[in-house]
Amino acid sequence: MIVADKKPMEEIIEQIRSYQNVLILGCNECVTVCEAGGKKEVGILASALRMYFLNNGKDMRIDEVTLERQCDHEYLEEIRDRIDRYDAVVSLACGVGVQFMAEKYLSKPVYPGVNTCFLGVTEKRGLWTERCQACGQCILAYTAGICPVSRCAKRLLNGPCGGSTKGACEIGKDVDCAWQLIVDRLKALNRLDDYEKLFSIKDWSTDRAGGPRKVVREDVQI
Amino acid sequence: MRLNYPSSIRIIRVPCTGKVDVIHILRAFEKGADGVYAVGCMEGDCHFTSGNFRARKRVEQAKKILDGVGVGGERVRMFNLSSAEGPRFAEYAREMDQQIRDLGPNPIKLALKQAA
Repeated sequence: MIVADKKPMEEIIEQIRSYQNVLILGCNECVTVCEAGGKKEVGILASALRMYFLNNGKDMRIDEVTLERQCDHEYLEEIRDRIDRYDAVVSLACGVGVQFMAEKYLSKPVYPGVNTCFLGVTEKRGLWTERCQACGQCILAYTAGICPVSRCAKRLLNGPCGGSTKGACEIGKDVDCAWQLIVDRLKALNRLDDYEKLFSIKDWSTDRAGGPRKVVREDVQI
Repeated sequence: MRLNYPSSIRIIRVPCTGKVDVIHILRAFEKGADGVYAVGCMEGDCHFTSGNFRARKRVEQAKKILDGVGVGGERVRMFNLSSAEGPRFAEYAREMDQQIRDLGPNPIKLALKQAA
């Protein structure tokens, strides 16, 4: 899922200070799971903002809506009938949702309510870690299901660098060396021969290096 | 025991303090409560293992938010006692009542009155 983190409330306050009617718009998907922008967080933020502005003598209307998703037309359409009531929107969706919201409602200022961080997993409640960088050409088949692109600080493709020490990366003792993990798992799978295979230079054109990306699937287009 | 505790306190029963969420605490202040305190079981004695620890964390979160919005985090507290400690329940109630009286009314309540 896409992992996001809460933005400091002071930052959001500064952004919406000049408006009168503001909509706090949550998303039921990834940001709900990582407890940054779901219905619950929308409620907490909206309540806190209402109290802040009331306490500072500003009569401000702050409403709450949480959509199923903010990255699909049909769900964003659900607020079309009421969007004119608001001067601005604070979207607690990931950066994708914020942008799609901005694209669909051109004249409505949209502010991000979270910092979008990475594609990752919930290791345990309150701990999310990165697993994928969406490089566009998955090599997990050859690396025992552990991604050196996202988990090696140098994105190395042919074994660890000299900074790998006792299974940890040189950037921090609490960061696993991706290649140590890969070798350990290849061993467990009895596939250590795969480690001998050399990767040729990776084509990074499907990564961000090739500019904004798109997936076109004519077979599913109507 | 027929113990007395301040009449300013309104009890909201929950199955476990683990049910108490940040939003419940914030809503209470938004509606004009002067203070909120959660009374959970003794730490380590939660029937649901960790409900009172969850509540403590949420009380801490609420404190931070209330400090940020200018209501004051000191208006929220968490107490722990066993269900057999009636006298202590009354004692905590008096303590909280006094603490809130010292702090004065919730500024949101005053702002709401002014806006009305």
